[in-house]
Amino acid sequence: MKFNTLSRHLRESFKSIARNGWMTFASVSAVTVTLLLVGVFMVIMMNLNKVADDLENDVEIKVLIDLQANEKDESNLQDQIKNLPGVESIRYSSKESELSGLVKDFGNDLSLFKQSNPLRNVLYVKASNPQQTAKIAKQIDKMDGTYEALYGKGKIEKLFNVLNTGRNVGIVLIIALLLTAMFLISNTIKITIFARSKEIEIMKLVGATNWFVRIPFLLEGIWLGILGSIIPIIVVTLAYANIHSALAPRLKGEVFELLSVSPFIIEIDALILVMGVIIGMWGSFMSVRKFLKV
Amino acid sequence: MIEMKNVYKKYPNGIVALNGLNIRINQGEFVYIVGPSGAGKSTFIKMMYREEKASSGEIVVNGMNLSNLKNKEVPYLRRQIGVVFQDFKLLPKLTVFENVAFALEVIEEHPEKIRKRVMDVLDLVGLKKKARMFPDELSGGEQQRVSIARSIVNLPKVVIADEPTGNLDPDTSWEIMSLFEEINARGTTIIMATHNREIVNNMRRRVVAIEGGLIVRDERGGDYGYEI
Ligand SMILES: Nc1ncnc2c1ncn2[C@@H]1O[C@H](COP(=O)(O)OP(=O)(O)OP(=O)(O)O)[C@@H](O)[C@H]1O
Ligand SMILES: [Mg+2]
Repeated sequence: MKFNTLSRHLRESFKSIARNGWMTFASVSAVTVTLLLVGVFMVIMMNLNKVADDLENDVEIKVLIDLQANEKDESNLQDQIKNLPGVESIRYSSKESELSGLVKDFGNDLSLFKQSNPLRNVLYVKASNPQQTAKIAKQIDKMDGTYEALYGKGKIEKLFNVLNTGRNVGIVLIIALLLTAMFLISNTIKITIFARSKEIEIMKLVGATNWFVRIPFLLEGIWLGILGSIIPIIVVTLAYANIHSALAPRLKGEVFELLSVSPFIIEIDALILVMGVIIGMWGSFMSVRKFLKV
Repeated sequence: MIEMKNVYKKYPNGIVALNGLNIRINQGEFVYIVGPSGAGKSTFIKMMYREEKASSGEIVVNGMNLSNLKNKEVPYLRRQIGVVFQDFKLLPKLTVFENVAFALEVIEEHPEKIRKRVMDVLDLVGLKKKARMFPDELSGGEQQRVSIARSIVNLPKVVIADEPTGNLDPDTSWEIMSLFEEINARGTTIIMATHNREIVNNMRRRVVAIEGGLIVRDERGGDYGYEI
């Protein structure tokens, strides 16, 4: 494309934005509202996802070892577990250290058990994919030297179910919001194009190519998308920075934490901008289509 | 240079507007298309710059075969044909100059060249002094001259006009006709549909009469026919 043509297209797109003041305002508002919703939603989703990952990663199998097992049996058992596919790590904890853990948590009352420790030696096993935990636990349960493999049966499956459904619902909602925004922007651009349909018809009749007609509208859509993403970017960034600084200290020591502000929120901002540009372009692309059939 | 063989056009509503039409028009000719209302004159004209597509038959314009012309190539066909519309089709928010320049901007001509060409054709149609005025500040005849200027500004080999004098008073119609004569004298083919008996009878050019989607008469130096 020639430079003169490109500058003409740019001029035309700015002119149209200025000339169609109210329509511009309406499209930009529509994009703003949607991107704001999508932005807030994504921040919540990603954090829930982070929490879910943290919770999942905290899940481990507690393997109680048979009282009869001697040192050799124990290391045999360890080797067997290590060789299972999908086992990420394995940690040995003797019954003495188990007891001191309990004493630390529940107080000195328990220290009288030190004379005859009723606890067992334990192996803590982590699955590389937490969703495999139950399967691995079942295999360990059958091994010689295992008294019982505990993993929070039932509770864990419920947690995974909730997390998975949550993720899917979130993705569907985000897609639905984006489609709504595209529909809104394509409707508003359709109205601005309708006002110029005579111009498009004449352009086509004097030999303009489809791209020549389309580009100013695509540019206009891009500007609308960018304008519409400004407020969401500012709001999402400030809100998250504040919420993060208020909540993060309280979550210290929990098994999960929030995503840190940078680079997370910058990625979200970039995503909001890109989505604005894409829905703007796509919206105008769809609405010009009808008028090009001259 | 324009040739149609067995051209047949059925509109989506079932009306057959052209019913196996044959014609050949050479470079430099001046052809009047006459016939009663609804005969298919406008349809015939729209075939040539592909505003409408033939249902069957062969159309060749300037060596381009329209039956296998891709949609992508249509703009390049239209750049070789100037079209003058009965309702002028001028853009009200653009000046006379901008309206004419539009046809060159769209085909990405250089701005310098656009300026020169536009001033040249405005001179030819006698509107150089009104270049900065808007269409609604002009008379009907002047507006039609702007649309003629736009149709010839990129030096097409053919100019097609569908009732270009339909909305004009007799004096103005004659002005417009002499303009077409002048353009034709420079070697441009002119094809014009008209209901104006006086013009056709006085000009004595090739006259093609269409009725019911067929050519019923084609004579050089003919007259309008159709006595009332
Ligand atoms: N876009 C269209 N869709 C359907 N039918 C059409 C269309 N355009 C024209 N026709 C029909 O095709 C026939 C020929 O129409 P056309 O406009 O070619 O006639 P015409 O000779 O130009 O008439 P006039 O002298 O009144 O302008 C008419 O019966 C008309 O109703
Ligand atoms: Mg007609």
